[in-house]
Amino acid sequence: MLAAIGVDSVEALFEQIPEPLRLGRPLQLPDGMSEAEVYERLAALAARNADAEAEVCFVGAGMYDHYVPAIVDAIVSRSEFLTPYTPYQPEISQGGLQVMFEFQTAMSELTGLPVSNAGLYEGPSSVASAGYLAIGATKRRRFVVSRGLHPHSRETLRTYSVGYGAEVVEVGLEGGLTDAAALAATVDDETAAVFLQSPNFLGGVEDVEALGAAARQHGALLVVACDPMTLGILKPPGEQGADIALGEGQPLGNRLDFGGPSFGFFCATEEQIRRMPGRIAGETEDVDGRRGFVLALQTREQHIRREKATNNICTAQALNALGAMVHLAWLGRQGFRELGELLARRTAYARERLAAVEGVELLHDAPVVREFAVRLDAPVDAVLERCAEAGIAAGYALGADYPEYADGLLVALTERRTRAQIDALAEALGTAVAAERDAFPAADRGDFDPDSGHNAPRRERVA
Amino acid sequence: MSALTETPMQRERATTIYEKSKPGRRAAALPEAEVPEAPLEELIPAQLLREEPPRLPEIAEPEIVRHYNRLSRRNFDLDSGFYPLGSCTMKHNPRLNERVAALPGHARLHPAQDPLRAQGALELMWLLQGSLAEICGLPHVSLQPSAGSHGELAGLLLTRAYHADRDETRSRVLAPDTSHGTNPASVTMAGYEVIKVATNERGGVEIDDLRAKIEEAPDQVACLMLTNPNTLGLFDENIEEIAALIHAAGGTLYYDGANLNAVMGQSRPGDMGFDIVHVNLHKSFSQPHGGGGPGAGPIAVSDRIEPFLPRPQVVRREPNGRGPVFDLDHERPKSIGRLRGFQGNFGVFVRSYAYILSLGADGLAEASETAVLNANYLKARLAEGRAGKYAPVAFDRHCMHEFVLSGKPMKRELGLATLDLAKRLLDFGFHPPTVYFPLLVDEALMVEPTETETKESLDAFADAVEQILAEAESDPEIAKQAPYTTPVRRLDEVKATRQPRVRQPLDVDAA
Repeated sequence: MLAAIGVDSVEALFEQIPEPLRLGRPLQLPDGMSEAEVYERLAALAARNADAEAEVCFVGAGMYDHYVPAIVDAIVSRSEFLTPYTPYQPEISQGGLQVMFEFQTAMSELTGLPVSNAGLYEGPSSVASAGYLAIGATKRRRFVVSRGLHPHSRETLRTYSVGYGAEVVEVGLEGGLTDAAALAATVDDETAAVFLQSPNFLGGVEDVEALGAAARQHGALLVVACDPMTLGILKPPGEQGADIALGEGQPLGNRLDFGGPSFGFFCATEEQIRRMPGRIAGETEDVDGRRGFVLALQTREQHIRREKATNNICTAQALNALGAMVHLAWLGRQGFRELGELLARRTAYARERLAAVEGVELLHDAPVVREFAVRLDAPVDAVLERCAEAGIAAGYALGADYPEYADGLLVALTERRTRAQIDALAEALGTAVAAERDAFPAADRGDFDPDSGHNAPRRERVA
Repeated sequence: MSALTETPMQRERATTIYEKSKPGRRAAALPEAEVPEAPLEELIPAQLLREEPPRLPEIAEPEIVRHYNRLSRRNFDLDSGFYPLGSCTMKHNPRLNERVAALPGHARLHPAQDPLRAQGALELMWLLQGSLAEICGLPHVSLQPSAGSHGELAGLLLTRAYHADRDETRSRVLAPDTSHGTNPASVTMAGYEVIKVATNERGGVEIDDLRAKIEEAPDQVACLMLTNPNTLGLFDENIEEIAALIHAAGGTLYYDGANLNAVMGQSRPGDMGFDIVHVNLHKSFSQPHGGGGPGAGPIAVSDRIEPFLPRPQVVRREPNGRGPVFDLDHERPKSIGRLRGFQGNFGVFVRSYAYILSLGADGLAEASETAVLNANYLKARLAEGRAGKYAPVAFDRHCMHEFVLSGKPMKRELGLATLDLAKRLLDFGFHPPTVYFPLLVDEALMVEPTETETKESLDAFADAVEQILAEAESDPEIAKQAPYTTPVRRLDEVKATRQPRVRQPLDVDAA
């Protein structure tokens, strides 16, 4: 090979790198390992994580321990889906393109909006992409955001807003739901978009249609983040006046994976189709009249439009969207609805069960589907530690994100959480709260410190 | 094409899963509720409930499996053949990585788990951060960005925060005309103006033009975004001078790491003077591309940029002389904030860390050497015969991991566009190179073979190009009408954009 190139060593090929810039030493990394050694090394790391097989997981907050059917693993691990690049050559990418088209159809059905893209990175950055779209659509630069929107989404929107230049104004919650009067008073003629989430971060199902009136009145876009697993029973955002419905797709066919990779979905009205971020597959024909699929509307995208693109996204989450599509096909029309019903009923049971526990009360009584919030009469972190010792991840402590709910705990259900596990959670919480109350009477607990999100003085934690 | 010459795949009309749906069929059996089955209206107000379930397919499991298996056969993939797609680094995806990513301790770990109960995951992230820092030659790493374009946006927001911290407001980001499309798109999204810099006759940044663009408004220069080796596959020999010019103007130097596969263990962006680097874990670090994701785009930065990194940051603490504890640090007052939910694409981190462990220091350096050797060999093979005549290399010197051909003579003399050659390659069982990029090369073909290809694969590709060009000398129509053997032939992309049909109509339930 060197002779064909006309050099006598591989080093000669690297001579185009100026000598001072050549590393000239090995990287300070370990030597390579055999496959078996790498496996053992990573298995040892994995063993130091308390995963949802090691403890019963009632933690949600945007990602949920659903059962992913075996056929999802089988299909997404096929080389033909796992190893191609983005379908730039449609003639040899019909499988992937058709999956995108089927996925878009499914997400459009779920959200009740006619246009879906083929997926974005994940939930919160999809919210920020909606902000960018809204600026382009309205030429305004002010966002009104419910505090019911996931804290990560709100923070991501703020991060992006510093770049594209927008102001973010928050509206608080009242009784577990967005404060409608405050929202109406905050939206104005400079508002590009109103951001809601339903069910919101505290689990409450919002009346999106009523809240959205303020957006309509002032010509702002209504952006609704939603949990796809609730859309088998909840009215779709598209039927409630949403211009954009989006969200974290993980509950559909994707593992927890400590937070990713998953995908974001993004659906909109026809009016926004040429402003959409990300890939969109479209149906067309080949020269012989055969049905086929291509990447449509590519003139929106960075590789064609460069600085005038509607978004900078390139690599998205095609494989994760495939997992979602297979999961949705497996659930099917009836199964998807039944799953929603199951979640709502088990959650109602869990909520009632926990509310009856001494030292536990509901944080709000708004309607919920799969997640609800309670208040604990004991430091939340300490209670969570005690529950973990009993093999239960009892929920998500709200204090760090919501100083106003320092005693709040968010509890999530999936179809994997059985009645027996819910009963065990109630018992563990009751025991833990009682033990903490005995050990640390209220007077000794110290005031809540909003900076740390914990009560001070915080008990020292042991590794 | 007549029905007689159709392939079996072509005779099978594409049918969506919705068209295979029959009312009442299903796959899933759900657990019993085990709790009181109250009517939904008692739990949720009726006006918030949907009337009809979404029209998802109704189909049994064996038919779902068959449907997606058939679809999979309508894809070409890296495991089936040579995939020299320039700028995409289509290297082999080791299956070990899939196995370790699927371990329940990784796959079923909730992202909001208490850090003390996710020590293995945080340690893995910390180790990956350290590995990438060493490879990039920059001390600090954030794993949070989800892809290269997300890393670019992060880098520009970091630049903005860095200047704001110094009470400076700067508006211009410089980028060569050869840059990836994501660069200018990210610049606009981050609220900056793109200023294009010309390319010199050696394929590098035209220093005089760079100087002129800086001098137009030195106090407005926020950043220069560069790929090195650049999208022509050439190392910019003037990088030290370029870095000095940008730094003298007070700007940051951003490294688009799409081409890092050329220089692992050979040369480090930090040593070249870059302040911010993104790394595409789905390119150089073997995360499968998945037909368009997932990936991850961690960033490595210099000391002066570190205070602004996204939060949370994975840190290692040694409390009171006890063993190390890994934690998520949210207390970062100068941070640009979050770029996404939770901690990033952890499953990708597991795969990439497994890859780094497998190859080790020497293996990574050797991977880059072989990638460069393979690219130069294929370039030499394609300089012979008809390819050299009709599609000469655009900037003829030793390349790094990829090179760019110009099909201009082919178009002039044979009437064959680069697209035609690409489509004819499909019939020969190859994925074509990246076409029509970079933009400054007419009829560009960008070829990146990667280190995981054999000499035999490279030779077979070169032979196929030669054969196609020979065929075109006698009958260019063959290539112009190609492909013939693929599941569909050339598709009407204009129609798909003019009259977009982006979902299946389900006006009537599938009968």
